[in-house]
Amino acid sequence: MSGMLKNALGWVDARFPLTKVWNEHLAEYYAPKNFNWMYYFGSLAILVLVNQIITGIFLTINYKPDAQLAFDSVEYIMRDVEWGWLIRYMHSTGASAFFVVVYLHMFRGLIYGSFKKPRELVWVFGMIIYVALMAEAFMGYLLPWGQMSYWGAQVIVSLFGAIPYVGEDLALWLRGDYVISDATLNRFFAFHVIAIPLVLVILVFMHIVALHAVGSNNPEGIEIKKHKDDKGVPLDGIPFHPYYTVKDLVGVAVFLFIFALIIFYMPEMGGYFLEHANFVPADPLKTPEHIAPVWYFTPFYAILRAVPDKFLGVVAMAGAIIILFLLPWLDRGVNKSIRYRGPVFKAAIIAFCISFIGLGYFGMQPVTAVGTWFSRFFSFVYFAFFLLMPFYSNLGQDKHVPERVEEK
Amino acid sequence: MKKLSIVLLVLFSSQLFAASGGIALESARINLDNKASLQRGAKYFVNYCLSCHSAKQLRYSRMATDLEIPPELVELNLMFTGEKIFDGMTISMRPKDAEKWFGVNPPDLSLIARSRGSDWLYTYLKSFYVDETRPFGVDNALFPKVGMPNVLSDLQGLQKAVYKDVELEDGTVRRVIDHLEISEPGRMNEKEFDKAMNDLVNFMTYMGEPAKLERQRLGWKVLLFIFLMLVVFYFLKKEYWKDIH
Amino acid sequence: MSEQVVDKRRRLFLTAAATAVTGVGAAYVAVPFIASMNPSDRAKAAGAPVEADISKLEPGQLIRVEWRGKPVWVLKRTKETLVQLEEMTDMLRDAGSDESEQPESCKNVTRSIKPEVFLAVGICTHLGCSPTFRPEVAPEDLGADWKGGFFCPCHGSLFDLSGRVYAGVPAPLNLVVPPHKYVTDTRILIGSEGGQA
Repeated sequence: MSGMLKNALGWVDARFPLTKVWNEHLAEYYAPKNFNWMYYFGSLAILVLVNQIITGIFLTINYKPDAQLAFDSVEYIMRDVEWGWLIRYMHSTGASAFFVVVYLHMFRGLIYGSFKKPRELVWVFGMIIYVALMAEAFMGYLLPWGQMSYWGAQVIVSLFGAIPYVGEDLALWLRGDYVISDATLNRFFAFHVIAIPLVLVILVFMHIVALHAVGSNNPEGIEIKKHKDDKGVPLDGIPFHPYYTVKDLVGVAVFLFIFALIIFYMPEMGGYFLEHANFVPADPLKTPEHIAPVWYFTPFYAILRAVPDKFLGVVAMAGAIIILFLLPWLDRGVNKSIRYRGPVFKAAIIAFCISFIGLGYFGMQPVTAVGTWFSRFFSFVYFAFFLLMPFYSNLGQDKHVPERVEEK
Repeated sequence: MKKLSIVLLVLFSSQLFAASGGIALESARINLDNKASLQRGAKYFVNYCLSCHSAKQLRYSRMATDLEIPPELVELNLMFTGEKIFDGMTISMRPKDAEKWFGVNPPDLSLIARSRGSDWLYTYLKSFYVDETRPFGVDNALFPKVGMPNVLSDLQGLQKAVYKDVELEDGTVRRVIDHLEISEPGRMNEKEFDKAMNDLVNFMTYMGEPAKLERQRLGWKVLLFIFLMLVVFYFLKKEYWKDIH
Repeated sequence: MSEQVVDKRRRLFLTAAATAVTGVGAAYVAVPFIASMNPSDRAKAAGAPVEADISKLEPGQLIRVEWRGKPVWVLKRTKETLVQLEEMTDMLRDAGSDESEQPESCKNVTRSIKPEVFLAVGICTHLGCSPTFRPEVAPEDLGADWKGGFFCPCHGSLFDLSGRVYAGVPAPLNLVVPPHKYVTDTRILIGSEGGQA
């Protein structure tokens, strides 16, 4: 039996590099042995991507991208289609889970310096994934055609109108109509179900190829490739398979437990994952009392609202995302990991986290004087964190970064 | 940090207050396992709501199955508009006519419990009071300037508002509703009416998401299975990682 | 790497256990996705039993009722037709309806609950065309032996007035008699056989 399998594998290997790919990316891909729990989120992001693609395909089987039919077709899925409610909740919860996982994944990269030389492109590809993901989530949110879908899209597309000279024409071109309408819904559907997912899958592939070319970073920020044995295997590296495949399975199970808990017992997540106003069909004549984007966009929405000028607000919001791309070149610290960086950098990271979460909170709230004041302060901290990084990132670094991952 | 959290708390609670239109929300006791309550709620719904409001997303047949009512009884007691058992709960009033009569088109109520919340509905249904200045002679303390008559007045009777004066931050005094009192009793006493409204809201909560019970019944089994997976994966990981020092 | 001896049996057992739970989990996850492609409640509602009122049906008259998107014929046969049906046996492929589809209560010569009232799904058992109703006896195109029945224009299959297929035509089986029951003497519920709808 095993002889036959071996022959079959040999036949395939002569025609397709199956064993080679397996070895290069799993069995003989050497990852640092000191990954901690923060390293689960990469594999979890892939899991959520697969979940979104599969549930998404099954949703399109019954969804109708038509302004007259869209809202009812979602309820049709929730009520008339066998297990439709489960598939829809898996998709809606998956959208939020995607951002939870991706934000934690990015935070991991930030504190352990995973974006630093030679991994700049890993970070840049990751950032393009993040932007594509935001576009994907934004367009997907229009599809249920509820009040929040409609007015959220109206507000965001109108932002493009703030661009001087071409803005209004650009917004019109994006909508394909003078307001968000059936035409907009149809094109967003096309982008959401095929164009952007295709781009996402390709980008994820490139992200991983880039990572496997340079090798993974680790919580110590040590380059394990510096010390190899006589066969060229890093001394502090262990084969990804089986060690990290079995470890990631534990992370997968923990994730699935929380994921299922939300799907089965709190799919609306108190209005954060599924907003209450979105259970009312879109009405182009009546704006809901309070419009807030879904939670994962609110930090940027708060920055937008913090600036009193329409155009500059859009610039600030776009800048807040663009500046993230430049992180590898803004950080001039010699050490990678936060464990060996100066107190100023550590404090800056804490200030940044508080600001980001604070912006997220105020982005969800109706406009108040106090809220705007806080948003301005947090926006200032957000930008200062990046723009001042070249000056403070190298202060007070620990000189004693170990050469090797220490034995436990 | 503590100061910040106090600020956040104040901001958050003031927003809750603003959202409730002045009066505090009373909580409805939602129990989707209580079939008797759901059945009574269904009866109130078709008798008092379904003449003007539709609930087109809910099929009578689905309701019959979920509420454990024999389909023949549903056809006999709960269907008045000449529909078939597999149809959704629609109404014969045309939207144009509705707008002429009420000024607004009464919204479909299929998902109202999900957009407004069950506590809001419960409080709303109990908050009609006599106000001769309004077109239907009533207003609602939770939903001021409401465009709907109090269809429940034969059960509840009539309520009148008792006002109080409140001094605002800037020193001006404003009259607001303190509470509502029964001025003319109806067929039910207060306790009976509260129970009836609770049944009605319970039914409307079911109507908003008929799969909710199924979802919650299945949930713990799924969680148990995933926990089993976790245990196996944990020991598998531990076994392999014995190699790593 | 390791000095201590690897417990291969434990490792193998745990791998097998992990594979098993993953497999069972994947199978459980597949169920909702596969089941979601079944006919939905809406499709089932559209396929619900329909009622036919035969109080105004004259002998020799045929009415059509739509059930699950298919035509269902309700034909009231004359006394002469009923006599004729007994004499057709030699010309038919499945005169006793042994291989054909009909409710148990209709497995007889007239293929019906009440002898004069005949119900059938109006779709040819050959390739799904809808045969035409040809009650006249011995018309020119169908020849002198024709005693009235159904003629499928697509491939020329012939059926008698109880939907039984002639021998030597492409259709393999008699027309399908749908499940049905009498709610009252003149109202038939198509798609339901006794008990609940």
